[in-house]
Amino acid sequence: MAEARDGSLHRRMQNYFEMFGLAPAYALEPAQLERAYHEIQARIHPDRFADAGDAERRASMQWTTRVNEAYRTLKDPALRAGYLLKLHGVDVALETNTAMPAEFLMRQLEQREALELAAAERDAGALERMRAALRIEKRELDEALAEHIDARHDYAHAADLVRKLMFLHKLDAEIDAAFETIEG
Amino acid sequence: MALLQISEPGQSAAPHEHRLAVGIDLGTTNSLVATVRNGVPTVLRDERGRPLLPSIVRYLPGAKVEVGYAAQAHQAEDPKNTIVSVKRFMGRGLRDVTHVENSPYDFVDAPGMVQLRTAAGVKTPVEISAEILKVLRARAEASLGGELVGAVITVPAYFDDAQRQATKDAATLAGINVLRLLNEPTAAAIAYGLENAAEGVYAVFDLGGGTFDISILKLSRGVFEVLATNGDAALGGDDFDHRVFCWALAEARLPPVQPRDMRLLYAKAREAKEALTAHDEAPITARLSTGEFVDVTLTSDVFCGITQHLVQKTLGPTRKALRDAGLAVQDIKGVVMVGGATRMPQIQRVVGDFFERDPLNNLDPDKVVALGAAMQANVLAGNKPQGEDWLLLDVIPLSLGIETMGGLVERIIPRNSTIPTARAQEFTTFKDGQTAMSFHVVQGERELVSDCRSLARFELRGIPPMAAGAGRVRVSFQVDADGLLSITAREKTTGVEASITVKPSYGLTDAEIERMLRDSVEHARDDMHARALQENRVEGERLAEAVRSALEADGALVSAPERADIEQRLAALRRTLGGDDHRAIKAASDALNRATEEFAARRMDASVRRALAGQKIANLDS
Repeated sequence: MAEARDGSLHRRMQNYFEMFGLAPAYALEPAQLERAYHEIQARIHPDRFADAGDAERRASMQWTTRVNEAYRTLKDPALRAGYLLKLHGVDVALETNTAMPAEFLMRQLEQREALELAAAERDAGALERMRAALRIEKRELDEALAEHIDARHDYAHAADLVRKLMFLHKLDAEIDAAFETIEG
Repeated sequence: MALLQISEPGQSAAPHEHRLAVGIDLGTTNSLVATVRNGVPTVLRDERGRPLLPSIVRYLPGAKVEVGYAAQAHQAEDPKNTIVSVKRFMGRGLRDVTHVENSPYDFVDAPGMVQLRTAAGVKTPVEISAEILKVLRARAEASLGGELVGAVITVPAYFDDAQRQATKDAATLAGINVLRLLNEPTAAAIAYGLENAAEGVYAVFDLGGGTFDISILKLSRGVFEVLATNGDAALGGDDFDHRVFCWALAEARLPPVQPRDMRLLYAKAREAKEALTAHDEAPITARLSTGEFVDVTLTSDVFCGITQHLVQKTLGPTRKALRDAGLAVQDIKGVVMVGGATRMPQIQRVVGDFFERDPLNNLDPDKVVALGAAMQANVLAGNKPQGEDWLLLDVIPLSLGIETMGGLVERIIPRNSTIPTARAQEFTTFKDGQTAMSFHVVQGERELVSDCRSLARFELRGIPPMAAGAGRVRVSFQVDADGLLSITAREKTTGVEASITVKPSYGLTDAEIERMLRDSVEHARDDMHARALQENRVEGERLAEAVRSALEADGALVSAPERADIEQRLAALRRTLGGDDHRAIKAASDALNRATEEFAARRMDASVRRALAGQKIANLDS
């Protein structure tokens, strides 16, 4: 909506990295991103314009909305990687391109089964262990993404890694759901 | 605490003018109004020195209304016309009301928001709440000696869109300019965080009279960032009273009682509950209108036993909030307790056990929300010198979505998104030549529409006839800084912006609000005009001042012809401000707003650049 109303908004801020004064790279310093986000919010947030005219209030809301979206995207590794790949013309195409390595899919299947079992047996300890394992797997993917995007510029391979990361996110959400079932 | 440097020139009021702004805690049981006086947040008291206003409204024949202690005194003798805990009805339908059988009210059986038949006619919760707000506004204006610029009104963090909108509508009816709807736990976090120079991740556990919120916040360098929030908008101290009431009836072997005895017993149940905070047992004695006696003793053990499931109900949302924040109990630096119901020892115990630390009780749980709201109102009104204010980043508590085929929900904005936020989704026509599409907007976390709250329905008309699937409608959700949703829809292939009419499921339409304004006695025809003039004047003066200071600060951002255009419209507005034609003022304000749209956008852009420039300097320093 913001873009539709004001086409110039889009032109002025080509990409999210520029918005926060960051180099367009996968590896980033979260503290630096957060600081830039807070600095910008401190100046444009609607609370700064609670008493201003309609035009400024609206502009403030639209810009803050976009800055929030940018921050959400860059903060999350999978979204950040997907966004970077898009900037490089590679579509992660999550819906259509789901050809994953058989070995990876196999392990996913096993993890799902283990999850269902843990949920059925109300085994919170098992869920915790799965989550810990998932965390390690995510960290490995994180390192691999930095390597393939920032160092090797191998975007096609990186797209595979992003898809894997999305799978892990989904599993993470399912673990959350299992916890909720157990806790009633 | 080192606060963020905020040095945007020209955004605050003239230096010596203190603008009257208040924070209002519109509570289930009690309401408060507070302000910042000489830099100190203070609760404003009534003429008898009492800080609280019981949230009770009594309607008498002839449009007479009693609010607060006066209404409370008559609740047992006139239960049907004396409305307590009206907050629980805000944005809710009759079917949502719990314990209808134990309610003395005469409910109107109609769809939409709850309505009550009283001696003064049918009333909605919005109108009833407005009566409470009017009293608080009058109290504030009397004790501050002037008209309010505006107010920050607090709402439970877990309030959905309908409940927030109802609260804002109530303020409109009470003639209050809402600077912001602020989440109650966030307000408490401001008061606690600033007073204690807190840094780190804190949980705010807020159990009020009728609502429960748990918020996880990160406090760093003057930024209050809500990481996640959860809760139960129908769980509070009232439910504990209800348990005690039911227990006392059963214990005394009494059949269901008359409405007036019900009120009496409820009051006794509450007294006993409060007594158990400091004692091991409390008597409940009452003489009913039937002549029967109730004389039972409630012990702590029994009280804990009959309310255990209520206490446990706070833990589910607490776990979810932590999980959504991606944190463990060990990451929480402190748990701030808010709301009168947190005084109950069993609540203190369960929270202490869960977080593995003693809860923080060094704030008055009844006042902290109003005080935090007052501090925020002071900032929003522009009274804080630049560099001394802070930044709040809050979230939306519940996901927003649209009903799709088969009664499923397509989630558009996920819960815990930082506000303001916007997201769009495309829908296609499914029939040849389809010219209209209807949408159902819902809020909640479940996949089935029937398990979520219905917010509104709207229809998009004027789609040019096309083959099935060829018509693509883009529906955009925008949630503003008050957490309120607005929707736009347009057909994409032709670019036709079709019109939509939103029908709120449990809310009032703009026309209904207008009618209520007209109906209320104080707003007879002349008053309506006077009020519109007053409002438009304040609004127009504020706009003129904002544009003037914007031109002064960032005049370089406009070209000479643009500047001439803005100046001309500014002068036109100033001319109308001298007269008493409220429509002319409105028209001139609108024209000036339109003329400054591009300028406003450029100023935001410049602000972002300056933020980045400051950022680079900061990086060099470190």
